[in-house]
Amino acid sequence: MEKTTWKLGLFLMILSTVSETSNSLVEGLESRLSYDYTKYHPMHEIYRWMEDVERGNPELVSSSVYGRTYEGNNITLLKLGLKNPEVKEKKVIWVDCGIHAREWIAPAFCQWFVKEIVHSYKTNKKLEQMLQNLDVYVTPVINVDGYMFTWKNDSTRLWRKSRSSPPPGSSCYGVDLNRNFNANWGTVGISFDGCANTYCGKSAGSEPEAKAVMGFVGKMVNQTLCFLTIHSAGQLILLPYGHPEISAPNYDELVSVGETAAAEMKKVHGMGYTVGTSPQILYPNSGSSRDWTRLIGIPFSYTFELRDKGEFSHLLPEEQIKPACEEAYAGALSIITHVHDKAFNSATLPNAAVSGLSMVILSTIMCVFLTTGVFV
Amino acid sequence: MATGELNPNHYPAQRAAKVVQHYLNTQYGSPFRLFGLHNVQSGNAEDVADSGRKYQLEITVQEIISNTTEKCPAEVLFPRGEQRRSPQVQASCEELLKNTKAQEEALFKQYKMNPSLLSANNIPDSFGHMEPDSRPLWHLGIVASSFVMLNESTENTLYNMAQVANITQLETENEQLKFDCHILLHEMVSQEIIHWKLLFTWSPPEGVKVLQMEQLPHCHEGAKPPNTS
Repeated sequence: MEKTTWKLGLFLMILSTVSETSNSLVEGLESRLSYDYTKYHPMHEIYRWMEDVERGNPELVSSSVYGRTYEGNNITLLKLGLKNPEVKEKKVIWVDCGIHAREWIAPAFCQWFVKEIVHSYKTNKKLEQMLQNLDVYVTPVINVDGYMFTWKNDSTRLWRKSRSSPPPGSSCYGVDLNRNFNANWGTVGISFDGCANTYCGKSAGSEPEAKAVMGFVGKMVNQTLCFLTIHSAGQLILLPYGHPEISAPNYDELVSVGETAAAEMKKVHGMGYTVGTSPQILYPNSGSSRDWTRLIGIPFSYTFELRDKGEFSHLLPEEQIKPACEEAYAGALSIITHVHDKAFNSATLPNAAVSGLSMVILSTIMCVFLTTGVFV
Repeated sequence: MATGELNPNHYPAQRAAKVVQHYLNTQYGSPFRLFGLHNVQSGNAEDVADSGRKYQLEITVQEIISNTTEKCPAEVLFPRGEQRRSPQVQASCEELLKNTKAQEEALFKQYKMNPSLLSANNIPDSFGHMEPDSRPLWHLGIVASSFVMLNESTENTLYNMAQVANITQLETENEQLKFDCHILLHEMVSQEIIHWKLLFTWSPPEGVKVLQMEQLPHCHEGAKPPNTS
């Protein structure tokens, strides 16, 4: 009688755990299903979305707060990766969006990127394999203060910088975070005027948002294969460096991988993306996150400038979110796949299948041995 | 400065080509005809004695509303001198000048017969949206701002119109429609948003003519912290 009660209790406990888990999975699924990736979302919705995605996909997604903005808001990333006991040290891919506040299509893309991976990794063997070898760190919005400011009213929509207090002698807020990184800081394509939109800050890495990225990525430099920073507009794929007289040691490969990505992007909706260094195809600049990343030794570092080419510029219509994100995803995936395959010398069989096969063989041998007492 | 044959994807040719776009819009732009730069095929730059720098370009221009493209040769001269002067442009893109007369006359008549004066703000809005009725006003704003963008362009700038902050129709006694507008330009190299006030007229036979243009100083937020968080 006691034994039966104990088993019944255990059974009921398991049943309630399963139903709780599936409830939260359903909730997570529902909120993800109802989240409209073809609309622009204010920051509080993006924070909520990150929680939902993590809760709904615990085997793939975890979050991390790695810094605070000037106004004290969390700088949060989602880490996408699958557990893999076979791989001793996973390699890293970094994707960030929203360094510049008004470039709304960028955070929209980071959300889309996560959604695509979450929706397809179970049915896409290649993607699943890559997630077993790589951790993909995605920061949907780096410049949270600036992004929130662009949502304040009609007159703030085109704000670009952070929202740090005016420096001494100035009455203007904000630093251009993409001129504040410790990479030839303060040399070209910048202004020392606090009111300018390319104001590079009072010193390299003076801004908490830039410091947060450099601190976090700096700790993972040896494992990081690739750094993608997403902006708009212009339809460009920019490689390091922003200084006209400095070349990356792997310039040729950066160009070739970039051109391949641009070709993949064009296949999606016919949109052309130009590949080159910033001084070639845009303007010289210094202190960018892309440059800092290449300087510390991460081999592949690109700035994506998404749609469009001037018709709407930063006010890209919501109807274009889906096509813009589809082509950007194709481009990002092209680069990620290249760096992954280069690092893991991928054979045609995924790692999981190879190890699975060897387990089957081993267990078959053991079975025969145990049954017959003879090794086959 | 790059001289001789130019890489068509690099910024010197691209910036010069953008000036051609602005020029075409000032000459031929209307609520039903708008030009965009699609591509640069080739370019050449040379210094011209004391005049300035001349760019010779082969570009592909797109007529945005009909979504058609045409290859056009063009020349842009950026003048040198003590006083900054606007670039001089020559371009021929004849095939893109499709017949928009009927549509323009219908719209013109509609506006003329409207009992109240038109007014609209934030075209497009923060989400890139605009009401269908605002679209022709957006096009007019782009054409009018092309006069400013053409005037202000140098080898060190790349202008696009970011938004029509406000456009208001004014009374006229003559055949023209008259508008007052506040536009926001995006200058790519400095990444600045520059505010301009424009007074312009439009009619189908005359096209857009700018009567007055004035750059507005942009008030940066003061050092006082805002009341709302």
